[in-house]
Amino acid sequence: MPSYVDPEKCDGCKGGDKTACMYICPNDLMVLNVESMLAYNQEPDGCWECYSCVKICPQGAIFVRGYDDFVPMGGQVHPMRSSDSIMWTVKFRNGAMKRFKFPIRTTAEGAANAYVDEKGGNLDDENLLLEGELPTPK
Amino acid sequence: MALPNKPKGELKAVVNPEVVEQDVDVLIIGGGMAACGTAFEIKKWAPEDLKIVLVDKASLERSGAVAQGLSAINTYIGENPIENYVKMVRNDLMGVVREDLIYDCGRHVDESVKLFEEWGLPIWKKDDSGENLDGAKPAPSLREGGTPVRTGKWQIMINGESYKCIVAEPAATALGADNIIERVFIVKLLLDKNKPNQIAGAAGFSVRENKVFVFRCKTALVACGGAVNIFRPRSTGEGKGRAWYPIWNAGSTYTLAAQVGATLTMMENRFTPARFKDGYGPVGAWFLLFKAKVSNGLGEFYANSDAAQEELNNYMPYGASAVTPTCLRNHLMIQELKAGRGPIYMATDVALNAFLDERKEAGMDEKQLKKFWKHLESEAWEDFLDMSVGQAGLWAGMNIEPEKVGSEIMPTEPYMLGSHSGCCGIWTSGPDEDWVPDVQNESRSHKYKWGYNRMTTVDGLFTAGDGVGASGHKFSSGSHAEGRICAKQMVKFCRDNADFKPELKQTAQELADEIYAPVKRYQEFVGASTAEDVNPNYCKPAGLMMRLMKATDEYGGGVATYYMTSGKLLNICLDLLRLLREDAEKMAAGDLHELLRCWENYHRIWCVETHIRHIEFRKESRYPGFYYRSDYPSCDDENWKCFVNSTFDPDSQEWKCEKVEVQNIIETEPWL
Repeated sequence: MPSYVDPEKCDGCKGGDKTACMYICPNDLMVLNVESMLAYNQEPDGCWECYSCVKICPQGAIFVRGYDDFVPMGGQVHPMRSSDSIMWTVKFRNGAMKRFKFPIRTTAEGAANAYVDEKGGNLDDENLLLEGELPTPK
Repeated sequence: MALPNKPKGELKAVVNPEVVEQDVDVLIIGGGMAACGTAFEIKKWAPEDLKIVLVDKASLERSGAVAQGLSAINTYIGENPIENYVKMVRNDLMGVVREDLIYDCGRHVDESVKLFEEWGLPIWKKDDSGENLDGAKPAPSLREGGTPVRTGKWQIMINGESYKCIVAEPAATALGADNIIERVFIVKLLLDKNKPNQIAGAAGFSVRENKVFVFRCKTALVACGGAVNIFRPRSTGEGKGRAWYPIWNAGSTYTLAAQVGATLTMMENRFTPARFKDGYGPVGAWFLLFKAKVSNGLGEFYANSDAAQEELNNYMPYGASAVTPTCLRNHLMIQELKAGRGPIYMATDVALNAFLDERKEAGMDEKQLKKFWKHLESEAWEDFLDMSVGQAGLWAGMNIEPEKVGSEIMPTEPYMLGSHSGCCGIWTSGPDEDWVPDVQNESRSHKYKWGYNRMTTVDGLFTAGDGVGASGHKFSSGSHAEGRICAKQMVKFCRDNADFKPELKQTAQELADEIYAPVKRYQEFVGASTAEDVNPNYCKPAGLMMRLMKATDEYGGGVATYYMTSGKLLNICLDLLRLLREDAEKMAAGDLHELLRCWENYHRIWCVETHIRHIEFRKESRYPGFYYRSDYPSCDDENWKCFVNSTFDPDSQEWKCEKVEVQNIIETEPWL
């Protein structure tokens, strides 16, 4: 199910410090065409449909079209991701629609406690940070 | 690190890239769950002046196997004895595992899960009446004693769309942005010039700028996941992208380590998951949470039949477990398919309606019933939307509503991995504790411990997650925990080897020339043809990958032969792989993206060669359902209940395969 870019919506992330889809794609697929200033997926058969580009695009310009070798046309799954939840719209080939909303995070972005000032104890035992006495096999 | 992220027009590869050299103490190669565990934990143990750098070929926020998200955490020990976890893993993997590593993972894993929840990962809980609450509803945390929603004995449900983003955040905070180098693909590990069998660095290149990176380090973690696209997939068109495991995992972990002489273990093990056909959506929640069953084409629930039981009796003690080992479940399914009794269906309709009927019988009114159904439907779809959106897309395209109609399931093409229900990987030291067997043998390839937990047989080289062999069923949480284990050990290694000054055998320029060879070849020969991809002097990585997958599929027991191979076929496969390795030297890259694909292919070829070599060496069929040898069709505990370890000697360039004894730490009576 490769991602594709709506040319009406993509602005090439002109205003941002990076091209969002190109920044995030785990498989190095999304690129920006400098002439048109529009992004595209350069290797559709390498697309895992992980939706990372769809979720991050600030313009909502990226969609997914089912793999042409096994998905009948007409359906679509599209998310709207906010800082604490994600809303999915599932459109079926026959026109039926379903919507689902799920939480994605219970803390504010950037607020995960990295325990930056915390230090471990004895480097020569097997305990990791915050761990008490470790069990051994019975 | 701020990324240039320059557009493709500016990503043309040039013949002479800039060469950047860096000296660090600790090099973390990879950015997935394991590497993030290391990045978080290591700063808690490292002195201030220890220089630690993480290199990721993608971007940390969405890299690795959890990039898309997950709907469950498959390893949380909780109320269970860790001993039972070891028993489950050893039975699922047909008896040949490192119980010390599994136990050790089991005693650290829950702490990782508790950290995830603190960091913001929503974990489902049970409310007082036993109903499921999603992870954002107020409930006591795991640390406070909250009750997670168990599906199986070891799994807990989460709202995991942002799982990786959440885990990456404290990792990045801990190391600091300047110490995280993204979009750099490490393609070679480097040994020390003076000290034998000691890691001294690594080299790779940027996929954003024409830059080669050469690192010198005292210790390194290699944790770059498993291997995908090593066997021809069932979908060979666009759908090739819909691999079950992350398509960007190219076997780098195993190849990088093997090439510097690290001993590998159980490379014959592979994972051939049975998943929803084509979309490869997860089946775990359907089996465990929704209690769905599978039927054959005749509508029979074949897995419960007397014939199935009789077949399982051939694989005792493994076949006796309440949850049949994964490979044997596949085996039963493959028997149905081969007998023409396909297709195999997951009866999603029967399962969901059973829940409704149960509520109806208990007297739930219409309104409540509607609400309950809405919740149930949402849980079912979330399972896909969290971790395998493509499956939801396939259902949408096919007009499939799971409450009305079942869905076909099918065993996929084979994958190599060490953290899921598979256990190929690198042979590592267990914890330096009394309960870990002290094997009297000079070779580390036979020992269970040599001072630093999770260190490979190469000094200073550590691995975690998919990298550690003979200890599967770690999944996301166990991989993170294992990364944390490595963190502390690497700091210890630096302390103990404070005087070590890494020196490389090759110059940085020699390495750059080797890494950029496909670019030079392209530039030299591109003019010999009017079509860029068809040229008598070079091959392109896309074509070479198809050639690799055709060879393994047809001769190495892929889907083409229902996973059947033999000594004769395997040796043909090895011959084809030798030719392939030679021709891989002729790959050409026109831009940086293609250079990435070239090097991924080098890694794939090596990694699958170890797989074929191990299957050839092991004269039995240890994992029926994952692969079969027609010349040795049974599981032969008498002769082969042992590890197969292999070591490549970087000096002589020769492979050595050997049998290594399995020692039990956890009681064997009762076995389960």
